This record gives sequence, C-alpha cells and structure tokens, in this order.
Amino acid sequence: MARMKFLCDAERCIECNGCVTACKNENEVPWGVNRRRVVTINDGVIGAEKSISVACMHCSDAPCMAVCPVDCFYRTDDGVVLHDKDLCIGCGYCFYACPFGAPQFPQAGAFGLRGKMDKCTFCAGGPEVDRSEAEFKKYGRNRLSEGKLPACAEMCSTKALLGGDGDVISDIYRERVARRGNKGAEAWGWGSAYGQPAKASAPAAPAGGKS
Amino acid sequence: MRRLLLLAVAIALAGCMEVEQANSGRQSGQTVKRDVPAWNNEPLANGPQWVKGDRASWEGQIKKRQLAQNESRRISE
Repeated sequence: MARMKFLCDAERCIECNGCVTACKNENEVPWGVNRRRVVTINDGVIGAEKSISVACMHCSDAPCMAVCPVDCFYRTDDGVVLHDKDLCIGCGYCFYACPFGAPQFPQAGAFGLRGKMDKCTFCAGGPEVDRSEAEFKKYGRNRLSEGKLPACAEMCSTKALLGGDGDVISDIYRERVARRGNKGAEAWGWGSAYGQPAKASAPAAPAGGKS
Repeated sequence: MRRLLLLAVAIALAGCMEVEQANSGRQSGQTVKRDVPAWNNEPLANGPQWVKGDRASWEGQIKKRQLAQNESRRISE
C-alpha cells in the first residue's frame, strides 16, 4: 500500500524555487499563500549552507489533525492528509501545531481577517468530486486522480525533491547517498513527520542491580 | 388565547433545537465526506493508463513514475 511522502535532498537543492513556481502555477494558489517554499539553513555559513523545499509533509501522526477543533482533516487511503474547507473555521490552531509551518491563511478581508486554511494537498485535491471545477477552485489540481505525482516533485530539475511512496523514494535516496559516499544522509524533516523507528526493546536490567 | 400561547412557546423553543451538522457521508474515524480514491477515476485519454477501480494497476503505474525520479536508473536504461 502506497504511503505518499515527500523527501528533500539538501545536497541537491539549488534554491531555484522551481517547485514553488510549479505548485503556484498548477494549483493557481492565491496571492499571499505559499503552499511550498524553499528555506535556507545556516545562511551565509561557508560549507554549511543548505536549502530545502518545505511544504506539508503529510505526517504519519499529523499534529494538525489532532488539534483541529472542527475536525476538518482526514487522511486518504494513500496516506495524504487533506482537509475540508467547508468545515474549516480558519482558527489557525493547525498553524501553531505544524512543525513545518505548512498551513497558510489567505487574507479574507480588511484588518487581517483570516480566510480558510490552505495547504499542500500532494496534488490530490479535496473532498469535492475529483477533477471538478469546485475541487480545483478550493484545493487546486488533482494530479493523483490523473495518475501523476505532485507537480513540485515532477518539476524539480535536480531531483532534490522526491515525492511518492515512502518505500520507493527512500530507496532512491539511499542509493543516491551511497553513490556519493554517504554524504548528506539526513532526510530533513522525516523524523518530525514520520517518526523515528521504534526501539526493539528496553535494555534488560542488570542482574543483581540496585535494590 | 391558549392556542396563541402554545404557538408562541413553539416558536420560541424552535431556536433551541439542535440541528445535525455532520456531513451526510460521515463514517467512523472520518469526519468529512469520504474522498473518492484516485484509482476509481477514469484515466485521461492522453495520460498514464490504469484499469478504473483497480488499485494495484494504479499503484503499478504511479510506481513507474516514482522510479523515474531516479536519474541514475534512467541513465542506465
């Protein structure tokens, strides 16, 4: 069963913002909303500066789902975390809970009034009828229903951003890291989004230990 | 007079009625209308092909697309 995930290879990202542009264009994201953005870490530090492309990671145990007071989030069979804009009240709790700053809020009126939350959908649309006009207007294009991967990952020129089933993209990444001599093996954000592997068991207490 | 009073009470209490606010397609553990899985859509004529409703065929074709992200494999092919 496919579990859709994103993986950004910081060794390859050249901060071209092609993913950001692809997302904006594909989904006709409104002005002021960035579903995806490129973040620079250690800016200006020679040899340590890295760029990573960040959006909703579609976490295994999504904190946004846990905190939403109206329970508007749901997970598809592919593991994509989506939300229903008809239920969203734009409270912003998900924004505070998200470790990636993924939820975005368009300005809905004067005095900074927040609109309904908008975020990366893994190009999987929303609860409206697939490929319908209503779905496109609210959530953007549904590429998964067309048998395609998210536009950002498919558009990435250096293939720094990988999108797809967790097993497949981690295999690609593993092979890549081995090929370049184990350099840059950190899969940024994977620990926060998909958790660390469970420890086998707690170490047994030494015999004759403290009483 | 009594009828009028009953009518007034009925109108006044109508506001207290709790209206069901859940979506019609609600299922346990899923609070919104259940989204149609991607493989239940008809493939586009000029796009990737799979058998409508067959999850395995959809996953098979999207896996090919995922593997195409591995440029070292593409070069060797």
